[in-house]
Amino acid sequence: MTPLSQLLPGQFGKLVSLNPDQAVDQRLMALGLLPGMALKLVRRAPLGDPLAIEFGGQVVSLRLAEAESLIVDVAADCPVQRPKPTP
Amino acid sequence: MSSKEIYVALVGNPNTGKSTLFNALTGLRQKVGNYPGVTVARKSGRCDCGDGLKVELVDLPGLYSLAAASPDEQVVTDVLLGSLEGSQQPDAIVVVLDATNLLRNLFLASQLAELNLPMALVLNQADIAHEQGLKIDTQLLSQRLGGVPVVLTSAWKGEGISLVRRAIAEVLNKKSKMTRLTWPGQVESALGAIVQAIQADTGKAPSSADAQRILFSSNAHTSNRLGWLNVQRDSIVRQARDQVRAAGYNPLAAEPLIHYAHLRKVLEGVIAGGTGKQGNAAALDRVLLHRVMGPILFIGIMLGLFASVFWLAKFPMQWIQAGVDFLKSVIAPALVSTPMLQSLVTDGIIAGVGAFLVFLPQILILFLFVGILEDSGYMARAAFIMDRLFSWCGLNGKSFVPLLSGFACAIPGLLSTRTIEDPKARLATAFAVPFMSCSARFPIYALMCAAFIGPLYGPGWESVVMVGMHCVGLIFAVPTAFVLTRFVLKVKPQPFVLELPRYQMPKPRDVIWRMWQNAAEFISKAGTVIFAITIIIWALCYFPRDTQMSDRIKAAEPTLSEHELQARTQAAMIEQSWMGRFGKAVQPVFDPCGFDWKITVGVLASFPAREVIVSTLGVTYSIGKGAEADSQHLRTAMQEAKWMDGPRKSTPIFSLAAVLALMVFFALCSQCGPTIATLAQETGGWKWAAISFFYMTILAWVMAVVVYQSVIRFT
Ligand SMILES: Nc1nc2c(ncn2[C@@H]2O[C@H](COP(=O)(O)OP(=O)(O)OP(=O)(O)O)[C@@H](O)[C@H]2O)c(=O)[nH]1
Ligand SMILES: [Mg+2]
Repeated sequence: MTPLSQLLPGQFGKLVSLNPDQAVDQRLMALGLLPGMALKLVRRAPLGDPLAIEFGGQVVSLRLAEAESLIVDVAADCPVQRPKPTP
Repeated sequence: MSSKEIYVALVGNPNTGKSTLFNALTGLRQKVGNYPGVTVARKSGRCDCGDGLKVELVDLPGLYSLAAASPDEQVVTDVLLGSLEGSQQPDAIVVVLDATNLLRNLFLASQLAELNLPMALVLNQADIAHEQGLKIDTQLLSQRLGGVPVVLTSAWKGEGISLVRRAIAEVLNKKSKMTRLTWPGQVESALGAIVQAIQADTGKAPSSADAQRILFSSNAHTSNRLGWLNVQRDSIVRQARDQVRAAGYNPLAAEPLIHYAHLRKVLEGVIAGGTGKQGNAAALDRVLLHRVMGPILFIGIMLGLFASVFWLAKFPMQWIQAGVDFLKSVIAPALVSTPMLQSLVTDGIIAGVGAFLVFLPQILILFLFVGILEDSGYMARAAFIMDRLFSWCGLNGKSFVPLLSGFACAIPGLLSTRTIEDPKARLATAFAVPFMSCSARFPIYALMCAAFIGPLYGPGWESVVMVGMHCVGLIFAVPTAFVLTRFVLKVKPQPFVLELPRYQMPKPRDVIWRMWQNAAEFISKAGTVIFAITIIIWALCYFPRDTQMSDRIKAAEPTLSEHELQARTQAAMIEQSWMGRFGKAVQPVFDPCGFDWKITVGVLASFPAREVIVSTLGVTYSIGKGAEADSQHLRTAMQEAKWMDGPRKSTPIFSLAAVLALMVFFALCSQCGPTIATLAQETGGWKWAAISFFYMTILAWVMAVVVYQSVIRFT
């Protein structure tokens, strides 16, 4: 279980939970990002923020701070290395 | 729209092709572009649906969910609920869906079904779906959704348009409605409780869609609209939400969870194939959003854009100027018997409106490029790249498009702030837009650079100053936005959820229409106001009239040539006109900026429209009518101008310090009537327009003083 903000570019994961109280999360749910959904962190913007995430065949931008509340389970068969543990 | 007419609304997610379909159905031209949020207000047109059936079709801004967040999304819910003054609910709605992303698009459709209106589904962008190898069983989908018409179209190619016409006729005829989902028992009873409570309090049962908004959304729009203001309201809603929670759902997540679960079942077996390949986006993004290449390309594109706007616009601008001069030279002799009318027409109307039309080429070209960037899909990436630079000061990546447009003209820039969800971030962006160096500021920079910077310091410095002046506004806009959002509006960091659309070849037809419509907005909004104010300014500079002026000057200096006499008379006339007297009275205010009374008159006359400065300087520096930025006479007259009295006696008025101060003043000052009016309209009142006016004007004065006083000490 890691916050989405700590995924590495190219890494896949499965959404475990989000925070429906937040406007961002409500918007993402409307777009179909619901618990159980597979997603991929496609890239970070050149300045490190925001992130581009892909799910359900669409690519959407999301700020690092907003990705904090999205908890993902990094898929076991994921080809990329696991993220560094949180300091 | 008369109340008898049948009317149908086009609704759907952003960027699905609603406007493209609207254009195909009505033969009208609504703005289209590959960027979520192109349509920001409703537009209507007439659509022929066969057999003499004519309906009023309304194109609406795109939205992802009925839980409206941004003002353009609010427009949609207002229209669909018929809650606007003097409007009714549509007779039917046509939901436009992106065929390549049906599940997400159906979420909105499923919410719309709760409105219980006759409905048809249009699965658009079928060509792309086909390219991706997707096969969609429209019959099965229609069947699963309770028999609503479902048609497959490629609106841009004009394929399937007649099917849409037929579908509209069919829904209007059969009133077919999309099947609503069955809510889990406890959710259903929670909704029932809200309906009952409202009926008991207001005497009117709300629609089930309204009850859902109250139960599922955290804002109070809906209850307020229904006039449900009971003090018990919050506790009733809380109780209902507890019921939802008992069913195992977070109340704020229940709606998407239940809809999506339902829709997954609806779509089972409907879609076949699909290679899953996302087309070109991934490969192009790897370069255009690359950590190093991305910003380099971005800066290159922006520099190229501005360079070409100024180079390409130069030629048509010269032609327009020549046309205006020609018109004056033709009309002036015809009116020679009525000097006042002659002056009104040539100095007032033609000069004023001409000075304004001269910017049209720049605006057209800038919007041509903006259109190309937008339709290609790059603009959303630009917003993605720029977000970090904007977010710290409370704006976001979506502020980028309004600010970029502001470099052509603030008005279309202000209109495009409507896509920003948060009202405060939107206000901050709108506040920053008039700081951008619009094309009306260009002539004064050009005049000052050509007359003073170029001759004194060479063409290298001339271009440095030119570029520098275009950055001044930006440099002040960013901290302004920061202070505004952080300390005045206290904006929380705003979400930035922007869909990155696929890349495509820009479609010339769409881009050119887009460009033209932005220009038309500019002309119609600004043209009328400009027309009125040019006449007012003209009158202030013309009256009162001293008919003996010319004779007196001749008597005092009999050696003057005819041309000199005329010029001197004009200068003397303006000196004793209302404007001249006012300028002299106000000059002490501008004295610390190094402006003499003539510049002061120019500054004052430019408040309604800043481009007036050049022609006003032309009159006050007595080189006669028809001054232009590249007029040699005006340059010489200004270069030779000296202070007549005071401590600076016989030093040049246009010292380096004064020249820079004047340009900085124009870079920052709020001198545009139409912008103020648009700002008031877009921020819902005169308060922010007034704040913007005073803030920018005072800032301009302060910075002009700072520049003048510090430069004069170093030179
Ligand atoms: N390939 C393809 N592109 C299409 C089709 N219909 C629309 N487009 C393109 O999709 C983009 C979006 O079209 P619009 O008509 O502006 O979409 P909209 O739904 O009005 O968008 P908003 O006003 O932002 O909500 C444009 O670039 C269109 O050219 C289609 O059938 N096929
Ligand atoms: Mg549109």
